[in-house]
Formats: sequence, structure tokens, C-alpha cells
Amino acid sequence: MKKIMIKSALCITLLLSINANAKESLMMATTTSTDNTGLLDYLAPKFEKDTGITLKWLATGTGKALKMGKNCDVDILFVHAPTSEKEFVAKAYGQNRQEVMYNDFILLGPKNDFAKIKGLNVRSALKTIKEKEAKFFSRGDNSGTNKKEKSLWKKALKKLPESQKWYMQTGQGMLSTINMASQMNGYTMSDRGTWIKYMSQHENNNTMKVVLEGYPSLVNQYSVISINAKKCANAKEELAKKFTTWINTSKIQRYIADFRLLGQALFIPNANK
Amino acid sequence: MNLFTDGFTEAIELLLKGDDSVYSAIFATLSVSSLALLISLIIGLPLGFILGYYSFRGKVILRTIVDTLLALPTVVIGLILYTVLSKNGVFGEFDLLFTLKAIVIGQVILSLPIIIALTAAQVESVDKRLYTSLKGLGAKPIQILNATLIEARFGIMTAAITAYGRIITEIGISMMVGGNIKYHTRTVTTAIALETGKGEFVTGLALGLVLFCLALMVNIALSVLKRKWAQ
Repeated sequence: MKKIMIKSALCITLLLSINANAKESLMMATTTSTDNTGLLDYLAPKFEKDTGITLKWLATGTGKALKMGKNCDVDILFVHAPTSEKEFVAKAYGQNRQEVMYNDFILLGPKNDFAKIKGLNVRSALKTIKEKEAKFFSRGDNSGTNKKEKSLWKKALKKLPESQKWYMQTGQGMLSTINMASQMNGYTMSDRGTWIKYMSQHENNNTMKVVLEGYPSLVNQYSVISINAKKCANAKEELAKKFTTWINTSKIQRYIADFRLLGQALFIPNANK
Repeated sequence: MNLFTDGFTEAIELLLKGDDSVYSAIFATLSVSSLALLISLIIGLPLGFILGYYSFRGKVILRTIVDTLLALPTVVIGLILYTVLSKNGVFGEFDLLFTLKAIVIGQVILSLPIIIALTAAQVESVDKRLYTSLKGLGAKPIQILNATLIEARFGIMTAAITAYGRIITEIGISMMVGGNIKYHTRTVTTAIALETGKGEFVTGLALGLVLFCLALMVNIALSVLKRKWAQ
């Protein structure tokens, strides 16, 4: 019995040491697109090499990321819902909001585009989807993409198509949602980065195409926001500042521009502009 | 069928290639679940013994509560734990959120009722004459506990295997309070959820097979141990 006890004690100490990490680490809450596309996997090692700080990130929708910031559970946000972000900073939860990069939102649909969306503007495209009751797949998770999509519906229809039988709220990430739209022959809205990632995964069996793009109202701006230590005493302001400065240097901005899939840029850097 | 066979080949490739992120997830899963099981056994065995051996007022109610806790959904445990461990929560100051330790705590909550309920049932089923003769020989309660646990060892092993099966495959807790952080708190199950979400079904399937192999190895080890004990 004694032997077992000693062994157990050894096991426990060994196991408790598993996440004893001497390095400094920065906790980030971010959107699924920066993670799903592999951008953070690409940037994090460079950040660690340059500053010695380990970047840890939680990929969720922008809505939940902002919530985590309010709860003081992270140090920095990397998100894409400018209106909510500005409100977040105005309420002093966040500070030092810096725009980092952008891409654009696009409307995706089946290759045959049965609702004939191509060629329409944003407003009439959404109206047509509603009139023809074409299945539309919404993230439905309060993510940045979802917030944008809802604001477009509101502009087009004066209200959300909530609880309509053709309006499907998946509650999942962007790649899953595109996948569901493709499986069920419907339309969806995505950020360009995730769409390129989707194309790279489905080179041989892609049933989707872009049906609407290029409108100024479809710009998708990504920003970083540090959590305000006045609200969250434990927030690592210094490390967050280091990250913000780092990602805005011209060297890292160039790295972001060089991050490509299928030869296409996923994000266009625009810090300090 | 194609997807499925691809999953098999990729599982083998993933393991052979020595992919860092895969091994880090396997290590996280194994260490977290083993530690959680160990803690649950240390706490749960004596409690299960008390519940099965002694009769006291409110025992039936307590039994019912423990049995009900067996049905606790992992997302609910995760959610409750999140609200408690969040920096704005009661235990926020301990910096446990989004660490492997938080997952361990959640998995202990998950497996404790299993250990207690099944141990109690085992203790109850042990031949009552054992207790009378032990008491007749003047054994102390701790000695009776020891003797009972040895007598009921196979049943308790089943309890441990059941609990291990539940926590190693659990995802709600790991996702909520672990946060699925690559190289840190990503476990095999959260990695499967992530890969599925990314549309990488083959990789998800491969990781599922990896998890299955882990469970298989644990069970083989235990059945070897069982045979040794039986001799």
C-alpha cells in the first residue's frame, strides 16, 4: 500500500508539472477565420522568435471573443466587427485598437446559381434570396461575419429573416457553414480568407462559387484591441502592447501580405493607414 | 467508404510522422485523464465505501443524488466551471481558466460520481459474512475498507475503466475550460472537433482512431493486470 502511495504521489507531481511554463505568454481571443486559415499558426512562431513571448489563442466568434475580453479571461483580441469593437473601447473594456489587415465578404452559392444572384447588388441579391426562398446559411453565432450579415439583411429587408424556413442558422464556424451550404445546395456569406481555404480543401469537388463581391459595404476589417488593465487588473498590458506594435511593423505586415493559398492573398495588411 | 479508408491511412501516417501537434494532444489527453482518474479514485473509493457499507439517515437520498450526477452533461460541467474559474468568477484569482488543470478539475467532477456509485454498489454486493468475521476479529474500519476493496477489486476496476472511458472521450469540459489552445490545452477530442469544424474530415477521423487506440491500450494493460491478480 505504501509503495502505491509513493508511486501515486510521484505521478501527481509529475503530472502537475505538465503545464509549468516558464516562458511569458499572451492570451488572445480571436475569430475563427484567423485560425481556420492558418494565419496564426504562421505568425505565432515568428512572434515568439522576435519577442520570446508565447502566443496562445482561443478561436471563437467575435461575439464570444469580446465577451471573454469583458470577463478578463484574455489579454488581447484579434477580431473583425468594427462597430462592436468601437463600443468595446468606448466602454473602456479595451484600449489601443489598431487596424491590422482586411479582406472582403463575399456571397457564395451553388455553381448553377439557381436563384440568379450574379450581377445583382447586395440589396437586391438578398431580396431575391428571400423571394425565391433559396436556402441561406447563416453562422447564427454572433461572430463578426454573422454581425455583418445581419446588418446587410436589416438594410435589405428592414428586419432579420429570423425563423424563416429557408434561413438556416448553423451556429458553427465559417468552414463548416460553407460545407453545409454546399451539401444542401444553398447560399452563404463568408470572408474571403476562409473561402480561399475552402477552395484549397475542395479542389476536386467544389460545388460552390462566388456570386457577389466587390461592394464597398462588404469590406472586412480586422483589428487588435488590448484589454484595459483599469477594468482587468490581471491583463498583461505590456505584452499586449508588444504584440500590437509587432504586428504593425512593416516586416510583419509584409509577412501577412505573403500569406497565400492557391496563389491568392488571404488578407491585405493595412496597419497605420 | 473512401473517406473512411483515407482516415485509416492518415491515422497511421500522423502517428509515424511524429507530428508535434498530434503528440502534444495525445500527451495532454493521457496526462489530464490519468490524473483526473487518480484523484477521483483517491476521493471516490472511501466515499463509495462509506455509502455502500454504512447505513445512515438520508442514505437513500444521497444514493439518488450520486446516481443522478452520473447523468451530468459535460457541457454543463464546463459551463459551471467556466463561470467559477473566469477572472470575474469566485476562483478567478487562481488563474486556472484555459489550463490543463482546469480540465482535470472538470473531469474529476465528471468521474467522481461514477467511482462513488459503482464502488458503493460493489461494496454492497460483497458477501456480508466477510464484514461479520472481520469485525469479530476486531478489525478497525480502515482495515475493513482495505479488505473490502481487495475483495471487490474487479468491480472497482470496472468502475475505473468506465470512468476512464467517460473522461478520455469527453469534449464539453475540455473545450469550455481548456480553450483548445494549440500545443497547450488541445486534447485529442477538441482537436477532432476543430478538424471537423475546419472540414478536415479525414484528419478528424484519423484522430478518432488514435483515441480509440489509446483506449484499447489502456484496456489491454488493465486486463493483463486483472489476470495477474486472479492468479
